[in-house]
Amino acid sequence: MLVDLPGFADPVRDAQACFRTVLAAMARPGTVHQAGEHLAPPAGLHRATAAVLLTLVDGETSLHVTDGFEVARDWIGFHCDMRAATAGHARFVLAERMVDLAALAAGSDEAPEESATLILQLPELQTGTSYLLDGPGLAHPAPFRARGLGEGFVAAWAANRARFPCGVDLILCSGTQVAALPRSLRITEG
Amino acid sequence: MTADAGYNFAYLDEQTKRMIRRAILKAVAIPGHQVPFASREMPLPYGWGTGGIQVTAAVLGPEDVLKVIDQGADDTTNAVSIRRFFARTAGVATTTHTADASIIQTRHRIPEQALRADQILIYQVPQPEPLSGLEPSRAETRRMHALSEYGAMSVKLYEDITRFGQVSISYDYPVMVGGRYLMSPSPIPAFDNPKLDRMAALQLFGAGREKRIYAIPPHTEVRSLDFDDHPFRTTRAPHRCHLCDADGSYLDEIVTDDRGGRMFVCSDTDYCATRRDGGHAGGAA
Repeated sequence: MLVDLPGFADPVRDAQACFRTVLAAMARPGTVHQAGEHLAPPAGLHRATAAVLLTLVDGETSLHVTDGFEVARDWIGFHCDMRAATAGHARFVLAERMVDLAALAAGSDEAPEESATLILQLPELQTGTSYLLDGPGLAHPAPFRARGLGEGFVAAWAANRARFPCGVDLILCSGTQVAALPRSLRITEG
Repeated sequence: MTADAGYNFAYLDEQTKRMIRRAILKAVAIPGHQVPFASREMPLPYGWGTGGIQVTAAVLGPEDVLKVIDQGADDTTNAVSIRRFFARTAGVATTTHTADASIIQTRHRIPEQALRADQILIYQVPQPEPLSGLEPSRAETRRMHALSEYGAMSVKLYEDITRFGQVSISYDYPVMVGGRYLMSPSPIPAFDNPKLDRMAALQLFGAGREKRIYAIPPHTEVRSLDFDDHPFRTTRAPHRCHLCDADGSYLDEIVTDDRGGRMFVCSDTDYCATRRDGGHAGGAA
């Protein structure tokens, strides 16, 4: 059974360290941080992705795992006490290809926090398409590069940004790298 | 320092920390918006910083250096108790020096020394709802935030100006965060409001009794409400610090006898001590 593969070696410290990483990434959009170096997740799941899941997901929230994580699904279910939900209702969505942001929970004007966080596993960060980020957390517009966000990403993000304060937040994971794109961000091709 | 046995690291259980961490991330993504969270009962009463403590507990790691201030002072009961609480339950190093701290929990002041990007400032918040004095219904204020309907607050400021010639709010002065959300900066003096704007450090706010967490990401625009013809102004006591001679810091007035004697000293004790160590001396020397 794949659930034999361990989660965090030290659940308290490792989750705290990973949370601070995600917090730094969310507070300073586009900055790339390290997470999950010591994890040994099942095939198909990058170490950073596994660390973010172990840190944020549990039975009190909901997770939708898109196609492509068949091997890792049992591991996620066991270690994250996963409560599954449909893509449109889940508070966390795990994907390895860009999904339609408009189809995910965006919260309401009164409760914009009841929105999805998309944990997107990408082939590469810091290479690939160039973007320019601007918004809260950034003193100046900052360059950002990622591979795998897809052709129509800038337009899809503009539509996501237009719904502010509603909208979807992104946590990008690749290998042991983590970056985040909160909904408050403006993104242009750079 | 090692933590007392029998506690989970930083007191809270891991399930609770995950819940708070999820709320913090949403708060950072929506600057100024109050995110509800399942505030826990803490081993000290509401009003003593339970919200700030829960946020600190969810953020704190073994390598952090914690500073806690109460009205700027490191040595008042609330600050000492909270510092000792985390020293006991998390075994973290504590400090009184602003520059040495990685996490600063504060009650009602922002340190005089500018904070850095690698620091996190965590506020204890008694009343997170800036509209609470104008609209008693929380259902209604939630709707007002949803619609960005903040005219009532402008009317309150306007009425102050017509009655007193100026805005009569000296602390907890309402601010607009990122041009979208009206936010209570917690009861910091209006003197501190300019420090909120585009601060390099991440700012997190925790209200335990009211069960709300909110945040200001680094470098985010925070504007104190005002009018074109009545711009926001800070005030401070027109004195120099009696101990360190500072003329730009926020001052506390201390009554020294029953014959009208009083002196003014820096509210930020670390700032004052650092200046005195550097050779500055006020009227007391």
